[in-house]
Amino acid sequence: MYHLNWDGFNNGVWQDEINVRDFIQKNYKEYTGDHSFLAKATDRTSNLMDKVQDLFRQERAKGGVLDIDTETVSSLAVFKPGYIDKDNELIVGMQTDSPLKRSVNPFGGMRMVRQACAAYGYELSEKVETTFKFRTTHNDGVFRAYTDEMRAARKCHVITGLPDAYGRGRIIGDYRRVALYGVDRLIKGKKADKNNLGLNSDFTVDNTRLAEELFQQISFLEKMKEMAKNYGYDISEPAKNAHEAIQWTYFAYLAAIKEQNGAAMSLGRVSTFFDIYIERDIAKGILTEETAQELMDDFVIKLRIARHLRTPEYNELFGGDPMWITEALGGMGEDGRSLVTKSTFRMLNTLYTLGSSPEPNLTVLWSTQLPQGFKDFCSKVSIDTDSIQYENDDIMRPTYGDDYAIACCVSAMKLGKQMQFFGARCNLPKLLLIALNGGYDISSDIHIGPQMGVIEGDTLDIDNVLERFGRYISWLMKLYVKTMNVIHYMHDKYCYEKIQMALHDTDVERFMAFGVAGLSVIADSLSAIKYAKVRPIKNATGFIEDFEVEGQFPKFGNDDDRVDLFAKDITHKVITELRKTPAYRDAIHTLSVLTITSNVMYGKNTAATPDGRKAGEPFAPGANPMHNREENGALASLNSVAKLSYDDCRDGISNTFSITPKTLGATDEERIYNLVSILDGYFAKKAHHININVMNRETLIKAYEDPEAYPNLTIRVSGYAVNFHKLSKAQQQEVISRTFHETI
Amino acid sequence: MIKVHSIQSLGTLDGPGVRFVAFLQGCPLRCKCCHNPDTWAMTGGREVSSQDLFKQVLRYKEYFGSDGGITVSGGEPLLQAKDLRELFLLCKEHGINTCLDTSGCILNDDVLSLLEVTDRVLLDIKYTNEDDYLANVGCSMTPVIKFLEKLQERGITTTLRQVIIPTLNDTEDNVLKLNTIRDSYSVVDKVELLAFHKMCQTKYDTLGIEFPLKDVPEPTGEIMSKLKGIL
Repeated sequence: MYHLNWDGFNNGVWQDEINVRDFIQKNYKEYTGDHSFLAKATDRTSNLMDKVQDLFRQERAKGGVLDIDTETVSSLAVFKPGYIDKDNELIVGMQTDSPLKRSVNPFGGMRMVRQACAAYGYELSEKVETTFKFRTTHNDGVFRAYTDEMRAARKCHVITGLPDAYGRGRIIGDYRRVALYGVDRLIKGKKADKNNLGLNSDFTVDNTRLAEELFQQISFLEKMKEMAKNYGYDISEPAKNAHEAIQWTYFAYLAAIKEQNGAAMSLGRVSTFFDIYIERDIAKGILTEETAQELMDDFVIKLRIARHLRTPEYNELFGGDPMWITEALGGMGEDGRSLVTKSTFRMLNTLYTLGSSPEPNLTVLWSTQLPQGFKDFCSKVSIDTDSIQYENDDIMRPTYGDDYAIACCVSAMKLGKQMQFFGARCNLPKLLLIALNGGYDISSDIHIGPQMGVIEGDTLDIDNVLERFGRYISWLMKLYVKTMNVIHYMHDKYCYEKIQMALHDTDVERFMAFGVAGLSVIADSLSAIKYAKVRPIKNATGFIEDFEVEGQFPKFGNDDDRVDLFAKDITHKVITELRKTPAYRDAIHTLSVLTITSNVMYGKNTAATPDGRKAGEPFAPGANPMHNREENGALASLNSVAKLSYDDCRDGISNTFSITPKTLGATDEERIYNLVSILDGYFAKKAHHININVMNRETLIKAYEDPEAYPNLTIRVSGYAVNFHKLSKAQQQEVISRTFHETI
Repeated sequence: MIKVHSIQSLGTLDGPGVRFVAFLQGCPLRCKCCHNPDTWAMTGGREVSSQDLFKQVLRYKEYFGSDGGITVSGGEPLLQAKDLRELFLLCKEHGINTCLDTSGCILNDDVLSLLEVTDRVLLDIKYTNEDDYLANVGCSMTPVIKFLEKLQERGITTTLRQVIIPTLNDTEDNVLKLNTIRDSYSVVDKVELLAFHKMCQTKYDTLGIEFPLKDVPEPTGEIMSKLKGIL
């Protein structure tokens, strides 16, 4: 097949089937140079960004939410077009009719919407209340099916943060398809799939559900066209230049965030795709470096003003009002060329043209084989802005190929071919305490799990503890899978992602993503029990409420196998147990070691642990060692985390690394050089992920005391970045107390 | 066995690139400006075989890039030259760059044989004249210059380092003398001036030792840049 708008592109199977990867491979131009070609922001861009900064100021002044439309249920074409500055915007499209105004989206659950409105001084309109009075939401469905045990596990916080009252997110539409093929071609494909299903299926449950989903996908692709038409664009045909390619892609993303208020609404991997159009236009003389950067800047401005309405409870789990508009950059191709193009640099350059920012969540797919110029630029951007994270392309590419992206923080998936059912995480330290108390959670006073006596003995014996802990892991993982099966059945039924799934192949592979919190607390606790003397202290009713630790024990974060292997073995045990219970829609079980900012909340709900952590104290985030227990310096800490197996933790292993500028090197050049060495080394050790912060603790303390003076201070936390001022005070204190690697 | 005071797995200030730094226990000198008085004692520290220390270094090889490696500092590493030779030999066999951070105050056969497997030396040249050495270090400057001559003979790249201490050596004259030393030995690639600091005060307090320079101020940024400008 041929389309006029593809003129100048190299031919390939991408013309005959939906295959964006093939289009990229046949057409992209690798760039191996340095960043010297990049343009600065134009006056137009700076003026537009000033207006956006002003809107941000107003939003802050109003407590974090500028405005809410409480009358209209969000969908693709229900709002009039909105603009920041109509005459000066290159890329258009907004979630509502005005920038930063949030919409309500009650399909996940009504209670959350009501609470969110109330939290910011609004009341949900009668109109929306009435509309949803006789409508089942995802949240309604889940609670109809939950068992008593599932409710108890949720209530005592041993499994928590589950997407049972909010949109699950973590699905990435292949938004590029709209630009490359136009919507009509996509609709045609989906209609053919539906027709084939009718011819070849016996219409049991699975196929009947799929047939209805295809109907919804097609109907929402039509709505997407209508949405674009309201802004004056016809997106039924392929984009004919870079401006249209970026605009079409953005419309597709916009449709997704209008339709879904998902926990993480990631973007995918668009920069190198855009580059093909940009380079074609530059060759034709339609674009210059400056105007190409303007297009990228305008696109990114739109991403920076994307907002969802969320409750304070949600913010406790996922602090900083994040959207996780994750864009994967770089990585290697299967043919040995890197996927780095000039537009990969242009995307990173937005952190200079527009200033540092947590969104989009720029994620570099690092390979030791990446071109040196790109490595150096990434390192420089990290040091200057603290806004990017790194993930190991060399361990993901063998599984996901070279056209995967990252959902949320660390979840890899092939674009348009794989999706995941997000499942938050379980609290391992709490599970250990429940096991020691024989099926009793002391923090919530709830009996749960297998019932047996409190573990015996004046001091804890490692073999007894491990045997008992293992039994409770088996019990909880079975319950965890069953609970997730309920949640995702209901989400598909009542809150199906019509646009995002329309931008997937019809036959999609699914993951079910489980998670653990408090891994370093568990490792240190088991180490204390094995290498020191741990005496349980019981309360009046005979349950263990605290521990007395005598003697030294090795701690996670010092590259000491005696303790590090506990962390590795426990994750292996957890995923092995999870796999024993089948997952909804034949999903593949995966596991993450990631906490977002919920490590503070998890700690708050967990009693004292055998490692000496006091009741209520935060856990370390993700796979991080516990704060200030690292004694051998930064690389030892990295080595400990690198020992966790990506095969066991296929949904990602998050590590947040903060270092003072001085510790990284004496001069700017040395710092850039040394950070590249550290990243190369860490990833050569088969580690999965790292957030890099290069800053002094004093800066954070100043920002804590005087937030208005640091409105754009960005810091990487756990798989994403936040404006420091948007974190709660407790979250800020926890970030400040984390280990900052420094040498004197 | 090597007596190790502590290790720092990420060193970026003691030699080029990313380096594993081992601080050894024991020092014969008593420099007034010493910021590691806890490494003075000849006893104590963790005893580890050169084999085991090497195994630990090897865990960081991936981070070293093309010019990083191991730096052994102190205390005074030359006190343990014999065992260090074994360690450095193993490192060299595995392509790991070796660097010594030393006062250069000891010269014997073990030290000479250690130099055979040493790629780089950071020579802490404390002062530029004999009187200051005798008064503030507790040894003569002669062996230090002799040590430098051996480095020159063996063609071992050397960085001269000096802590700048107000009232003792924060003078242009001193830096000019450093220049002269640098220019007399072609193995010297650069001179680094480090600002004296008093963060070590708590260490002295813990050890119950009087910090001889407790009343000396830290040098200003201004004086440091002025002196660096003369280099």
